[in-house]
Amino acid sequence: MWKFLLPFAAFVALVVLFAFGLNPNRDIHELPSPLIGKAAPEFALKDVLDPTRTVSTATLKGQVYVLNVWATWCVACREEQESLLAIARQNVVPIIGLDYRDNQDKAKLWLTQLGNPYAAVPFDGDGRTAIDWGVYGAPETYLVDAQGRIIYKFISPLTQEVWEKEFLPRIAALRSGA
Amino acid sequence: MSRHFRALVLSSALLFCASQSLAEQAPAEPAPAALDDHGQLQNPVLQTRFERITKELRCLVCQNESIADSNVDLAADLRRQVREMLIAGRSDDAIFQFMTDRYGEFVRFAPPLSPKTALIWGAPFFMVLLGGLIIYRVVRQRSHMPLDE
Repeated sequence: MWKFLLPFAAFVALVVLFAFGLNPNRDIHELPSPLIGKAAPEFALKDVLDPTRTVSTATLKGQVYVLNVWATWCVACREEQESLLAIARQNVVPIIGLDYRDNQDKAKLWLTQLGNPYAAVPFDGDGRTAIDWGVYGAPETYLVDAQGRIIYKFISPLTQEVWEKEFLPRIAALRSGA
Repeated sequence: MSRHFRALVLSSALLFCASQSLAEQAPAEPAPAALDDHGQLQNPVLQTRFERITKELRCLVCQNESIADSNVDLAADLRRQVREMLIAGRSDDAIFQFMTDRYGEFVRFAPPLSPKTALIWGAPFFMVLLGGLIIYRVVRQRSHMPLDE
């Protein structure tokens, strides 16, 4: 009896393991952020488009906002740009564009040529703010609530579909709760 | 003779390559006071700790490389972070905590033993135990079998 049952049980266990591990919908590079539910790491950075202006977590507090990590060297960000512009036109929440390890002139050119979806563009030239936020690539997009807590993080280019499925319900929940 | 000669040529060529790549890696910007010309920490104790810590931290871009081995920008930023924290006198634990706070347990190649990581740490012992049990049973069974003619 055991001679048959044990290998069979092992086989079933393997099938379950592989079904989970080899699931093509699961991106192994997507890592859960330990910052979800915690206070957004503070920063105070110069704006790419207006160096006299400082963008900081302190001034952003009190409103729900989206922080999008991007750079001109990031190929996927170019792809994401159109969705971001469309999302910005909906005017749901301000989108803050953290310019990650970039060249300021190139960033300016990018925003004037491709369009600017951002309410503010803090410049993180040496990537220190990005480390605080646990960024390990671009694009990455965070949702922050009015109390300054990180609610959600999305890795890879934002699309209209992701925006409607992942962001809008969370924003609605935050607003109805507040 | 010729074999020795070839080995000599080969090793000197290798040495040359190594010195070239070292020269390429030397930072273009002037090194901070605590670093020597090669970008290493002047304090050898700190440099040893630096090497150990950066080998223990996973580069999250190319996930099977440590930040000591990886050439990507993020790894360079994280090495800079570790270096600065060492110079500032922070402990190894504080540095690992800094990284796990931001990137999660996954950033460590050997995460500390906790209920969440018990399976990873326990699995090898379990496998050895299981293997031992199987061998024990097979051997015992065979010892009862008559020898082949």
